[in-house]
Amino acid sequence: MTIAVVKELETVEPRSVSTQKPSKIGIPKEIYPDERRVAATPETVKTLQKLGFEVLIESGAGAAASYLDDAYKAVGCQIIPDATAIWSSADIVLKVRPPETHEASMLREGGTLISFIYPAQNADLLSQLAERQATVLAMDAVPRITRAQKMDALSSMANLAGYRAVIEAANNFGRFFTGQITAAGKVPPAKVLIIGAGVAGLAAIGAAKGLGAIVRAFDTRLVVKEQVESMGGEFLELSFAEDGSGEGGYAKVMSDEFIKAEMALFAEQAKEVDIIITTALIPGKRAPVLITEEMVASMRPGSVVVDMAAEQGGNCEVTKPNEVYRYKDVTIVGLTDLPSRMANQASQLYGTNLCHLLSDMGGANDYKVNFGDEVVRGALVLHNGDLTWPPPKLEPKATEQKTSEEQKSKKVEAKSAPPVPSASSSKSSTNLLWPILAALALVGVGIGAPESFLSHFTVFILACFVGWQVIWNVKPALHTPLMSVTNAISGIIIIGGMLQISSDLSSPTTILGAIAILLGTINVSGGFLVTQRMLKMFQK
Amino acid sequence: MSNNLLTVAYIAASALFILSLGGLSNQESARKGNLYGILGMLIAFVATATVLPHGITEYATLSTVILPGVVIGAIVASRVAMTSMPELVAILHSFVGAAAVLVGVANYLEPNSSLTGVEATIHQLEIFIGVFIGAVTFTGSIIAFGKLRAIISSKSLMLPARHWLNLGMILASVWLGFQFMGTGSLSGLPALLIMCAIASLLGIHLVLAIGGADMPVVISMLNSYSGWAAAAAGFMLSNDLLIITGALVGSSGAILSYIMCKAMNRSFISVIAGGFGAGAGSGSAAPIEGEATATTVDEAAEMLKDAKSVIIVPGYGMAVAQAQHAVSDITRTLRDRGTQVRFGIHPVAGRLPGHMNVLLAEADVPYDIVLEMDEINEDFAKTDAVLVIGANDTVNPSAIEDPNSAIAGMPVLEVWNSTNVIVLKRSMASGYAGVENPLFYKSNTKMLFGDAKKNVDALLGKLSYA
Repeated sequence: MTIAVVKELETVEPRSVSTQKPSKIGIPKEIYPDERRVAATPETVKTLQKLGFEVLIESGAGAAASYLDDAYKAVGCQIIPDATAIWSSADIVLKVRPPETHEASMLREGGTLISFIYPAQNADLLSQLAERQATVLAMDAVPRITRAQKMDALSSMANLAGYRAVIEAANNFGRFFTGQITAAGKVPPAKVLIIGAGVAGLAAIGAAKGLGAIVRAFDTRLVVKEQVESMGGEFLELSFAEDGSGEGGYAKVMSDEFIKAEMALFAEQAKEVDIIITTALIPGKRAPVLITEEMVASMRPGSVVVDMAAEQGGNCEVTKPNEVYRYKDVTIVGLTDLPSRMANQASQLYGTNLCHLLSDMGGANDYKVNFGDEVVRGALVLHNGDLTWPPPKLEPKATEQKTSEEQKSKKVEAKSAPPVPSASSSKSSTNLLWPILAALALVGVGIGAPESFLSHFTVFILACFVGWQVIWNVKPALHTPLMSVTNAISGIIIIGGMLQISSDLSSPTTILGAIAILLGTINVSGGFLVTQRMLKMFQK
Repeated sequence: MSNNLLTVAYIAASALFILSLGGLSNQESARKGNLYGILGMLIAFVATATVLPHGITEYATLSTVILPGVVIGAIVASRVAMTSMPELVAILHSFVGAAAVLVGVANYLEPNSSLTGVEATIHQLEIFIGVFIGAVTFTGSIIAFGKLRAIISSKSLMLPARHWLNLGMILASVWLGFQFMGTGSLSGLPALLIMCAIASLLGIHLVLAIGGADMPVVISMLNSYSGWAAAAAGFMLSNDLLIITGALVGSSGAILSYIMCKAMNRSFISVIAGGFGAGAGSGSAAPIEGEATATTVDEAAEMLKDAKSVIIVPGYGMAVAQAQHAVSDITRTLRDRGTQVRFGIHPVAGRLPGHMNVLLAEADVPYDIVLEMDEINEDFAKTDAVLVIGANDTVNPSAIEDPNSAIAGMPVLEVWNSTNVIVLKRSMASGYAGVENPLFYKSNTKMLFGDAKKNVDALLGKLSYA
């Protein structure tokens, strides 16, 4: 996709350009418990090198994601055994998780860190990094605009998480997803309800559908209905008109009545479905509770709830983050490391997101933190120790601008519509005029014209009407043959020519008549033959 | 042969002509319809030939002009490429016009002394009108031919005060008509010939003022004129067959013009008066922002491969590039893969009503997957990929979205509602109507630049490999 509108950001902040060119990128090992991802894979290292960077990687950094040190060595990485050395010598540190306190303190003075930061939740970390005069880009703050899609790590991780959520559900669900009729009896298909049809939700719909389940999805944003249906899901709708499309592709908080209607829907669905996967997040806030304890209790024994919002508090009342446990015979999956459970691929995708961001910032040679770049500005939370988060409100995004323009033009269209009736009303007055004129003309002809003319005139008018009736039945596809056939038929004018010729070859009448016949004959034979040729081609 | 038999023969011929046009209502009966037409013409010809004064010279004269005419017509008809059908139709119209002029003048030169009083006046009037229409048709068709052949610039010629010019010429003709009427035998000839010259100029000016995009209207309008010219000849010769046939052709052309005008949302008068977009679009059209995305043959082929349903929208560009056979092959390949392929034809696509249908038929595309705009417009939203080949104005969203556009209100194929649009085009240049096309800048549109034929062939190569 291309972005439709190129625009300049008007910002009062200095268009600061870092003077020193960074050349060394450091990849430390993730130390967060159960975090298996790594910020660079041998593949993405090659891309980073092409951008002009030198890559240092901590020994064993990729081991949990099945990227061994040897593989990194093979692409020309420097393997550093010691984390401190990485942190202190690298110009730019790439990470997945936000750094722990002791990691942050190892960052070189004035160094750059790019990772997930969650600046809203991690104020302490920010102030600590600020003290070190760090420049920090938060991958979770990359604006969700068309151009930034290739750097949107939240989306790429959500995609994996959505898939994995279904797999975890299947793992904890003691039945087939797909319906089968076997010699041993009939197996009904599993019913899956997915709440929130963002990237993760859509990925989950696709995965569940792929396993053969009946998939239903709910989202407050009505616009995603089409997307849900395109993935093979059934979109549940409330008989309630309120659209929840908020900024940046997230849903906004809905009205109380809406939430009531929504909860009633969930309560009803809970009794019916086997698996519920929830993905509802509101940026910067605790995840909304959508599945209450009663709803869980009302589910059939053996059912599964996967709460993908567990890390932000959970969409399910009884979710325990990082735990899989049974609550009244319903398995509640509160895993928060879903992408990490697919570490190999997750690392590759995340690493690629990072490469795109760095390439957008100019690579090693033209590296700069450009405040004019919407994407960089959005992700930038600290610049040389100065807090630059949250970013200034951007102008309406290109896509929105477009839609509003479209709406505008629609409005204009609606406004411009009224003149049409007035035009047609004037037409109706001319409609009345024509029959009157025709009647007058007929009376005139009747008074003035002799009988011989009138008989021809009768034939003429009748023929016009017959022609009018017959031609309307002609298919548009056959309009060209129609023209060539009428062309041939109008060659009937040769009859006129024939009546002119006489035995006197020198009389001008004969000569003119003869030429007329010649022309007419070309018309007749040419017209009929070319029609025949054309019609032969039409075949079923 | 007695006069009664001649009349019966003419009735038979008229009936056959009506059947012939009626047969064109669908593809199955169309060929039979054409045969009816040929049969009707033969009956009319033979019957007329038998009532001629029986003399060797008449028949000798007749055969010396008929035979070359048939041969020339046959050669032209078998040689003409389907893409140049519009030119052929235009030049054939001019022949009818010329013949009508000649018959009229010839008729005047051999006065029928049996007519007196009012009858004589009416006869003169018939001649005068017949020659007038014939002359307009003749020169108009020649200009149309020139425009279609690109011998003459297809841009509309905008002379200052052109409406007054037309009106003046018509008034001059009317005045000459009065002069002509009042005269005795043969002395009105100068008036007739001067009027003929003025009518010729009028024909030239009328068609010169009409822009290229309005060509389908012009052709069908000239078709109509040629019919009226034949009918006028019928009146002056008191020949009912000519009258009936002329009226049939005349009304057929009139309906076609009406359909074409409706398809372009233009009033018939404004087209005839000439000058495209002169009336519409008083404000300036909305500027188009953004950039078009170019794509490659590989990407386009992938898109087509992934699509479950494809609609192909051809335009005049396909005719120019002679790409219809390759398009047909692509259709076959995609259909073999299980892809649903259909064609969406805009009523004014090409330079002749039904032009695209003929080209696709020539390339063996089954006609039941070739649909009209009204039949297919709603289906674009459910379509994965649309291939626009050499069409521009007929897929221009500003006709709907921008009330200031020169083509505002014209019904168009709403291709942009589909998931992906691939536009095969030579360059970003605007179409015949000279209007920018925002379709090219939409995010779901990919431009595949280059010669349509080459690109379609390349696409075909990619598709058949897989």
